[in-house]
Amino acid sequence: MKFIDEFRDREIARALALRIRETSTRPVQLMEVCGTHTVSIFRHGIRGMLPEQMKLLSGPGCPVCVTPNHDIDLAIALSRQGLIIATFGDMMRVPGSTSSFQKEKAEGRDIRIVSSALEALKIATENPAKQVVFLAIGFETTSPTVAVAILKTRAERIGNLFFLNSQKRVPPAIRALLESRQLKIDGFILPGHVSVIIGEGPYQFISQEFGLPAVITGFEPLDILQGIWMLAKQIEENRPSIEIQYRRAVRPEGNPLAMSRIYEVFENGGALWRGIGGIPDSGYLFRKPFGEMDAGNFHVQVEPTAEHPGCLCGEVLQGIKTPLDCRLFQTVCHPENPIGPCMVSLEGTCFTYYKFHQP
Amino acid sequence: MCLGIPGKIVEIDRNMARVDVGGLLRNVAIDLCPEVSVGDYVLIHTGFAIQQIDEEAAEETLELLRQMAEA
Repeated sequence: MKFIDEFRDREIARALALRIRETSTRPVQLMEVCGTHTVSIFRHGIRGMLPEQMKLLSGPGCPVCVTPNHDIDLAIALSRQGLIIATFGDMMRVPGSTSSFQKEKAEGRDIRIVSSALEALKIATENPAKQVVFLAIGFETTSPTVAVAILKTRAERIGNLFFLNSQKRVPPAIRALLESRQLKIDGFILPGHVSVIIGEGPYQFISQEFGLPAVITGFEPLDILQGIWMLAKQIEENRPSIEIQYRRAVRPEGNPLAMSRIYEVFENGGALWRGIGGIPDSGYLFRKPFGEMDAGNFHVQVEPTAEHPGCLCGEVLQGIKTPLDCRLFQTVCHPENPIGPCMVSLEGTCFTYYKFHQP
Repeated sequence: MCLGIPGKIVEIDRNMARVDVGGLLRNVAIDLCPEVSVGDYVLIHTGFAIQQIDEEAAEETLELLRQMAEA
C-alpha cells in the first residue's frame, strides 16, 4: 500500500540500524509515548536492532488504558437505566470497577460499537425515543472528530445524544512525567498522529525547560528507526530540540482547522488518568454552551471505584515498571482474563508484551 | 487507538469523500481538511480525513534514506 510498504524496506532498515549504532556512544533511555509506536516497535523487532546501551521505554499513550474506572462505571450505570451506549470497540472488554461493557451487553444492555463519532449521530437519529451516550475517549488525534460530531449534533438539533467526555491531552502528561523525576529519560519519540493535529509547538517545553531532545515520528519501521537516529544525533551533539521525522503527515503548525474545532467546543482543564491520577490541564472539558450535551450531568448512582490492588498498569503507563515486573502478568492476567486496561487494549503495553515479548 | 491509515480520494460529495484504502472504498468525512481534491492522499482516523499527505515530503524522506543506505 502506498505510504506504507515503501517505509518497510529491509535494506534501508538495516542501514539505519547501523547508523544508530555508529552514532550512539553512551547508555540512553528513550520513551515512545504512544501505544501505536509500542506495537510497531515490537511487531517489527526494532528493539532487537538497537545497540545494547539503548533502551526503549513505553509511555502513557494509550487512551483506552488511561480512561478512569469512573467513566466506564458511569456509562455502565446509564446502560442499566436503559440508555444506549455507543463506544469504540477497544473499550468493550476494559474492566470497570466490577463489570465491563462486554459483560453488560451479554446481560442485555444496549451497547453498540462504533468506529466513528459520527455513527453515534446516526444511532440517535434512528432511535428518537431513546437517549444515546457516546463515550468520547481519545487523545488530540480523536478530539477534533468528537468536536465535529458535537457541532453537527447541535446544528441538526439532535436532542437525544450526549457525550461522556474522557478526552486527554498528551503534552501535559509528558510534563507530568518529567516533573515527577521518577525516571531518567534521555529523549522522546513523540506521537505522530497526535502531532498531525497539534503540530510541534506544544512540545517546545521538552527541550526548552527540560533540555531534552524529542522527535515527532511516524509509525512504519523506517520512520521509527529514522526517528531514533535523529534522537541519537541530538543526544550526541548535545542540541536538544523538537524535530519532525514524520514530515509527510505532520506540519509544524499541525492542523489549525482541527484545533479551532476543538476549542469551539472544549477548553483545557484537569483530567484523571487511570493508574496515574489527576494531571493539571491534561483534558478537554466542555465549554458552557455545550454543557447540555455532557453525559456527566445525568443523575445516576455510580458504584464506588475499585482497582485490583496487584495491578501495575499505573506504573507501566509511566514507564517506571515493565509488565515483566508485575506478578499478575501472564499468571492471572492475560488477554482472556485481563485484570487491568493495559492487557485489554490492542495497544496496551501489557498486551503488546504478552503477544510479542520473547524472554 | 491513534491509528491513521493512508488512502486516496476517488470522489467527493460535499463534506464526504470516497477513499480508496488498499483497494477497499470507505466513506470518510473531510470536515477537518476541506481543501482536498480527488487524487489526493489523506490520513484517515475514526472516519475522518485528519490531514492531506504531503507526497513530496514522503518522496524526499525516502530519497534521503535511500542515499543514506547507499553511502
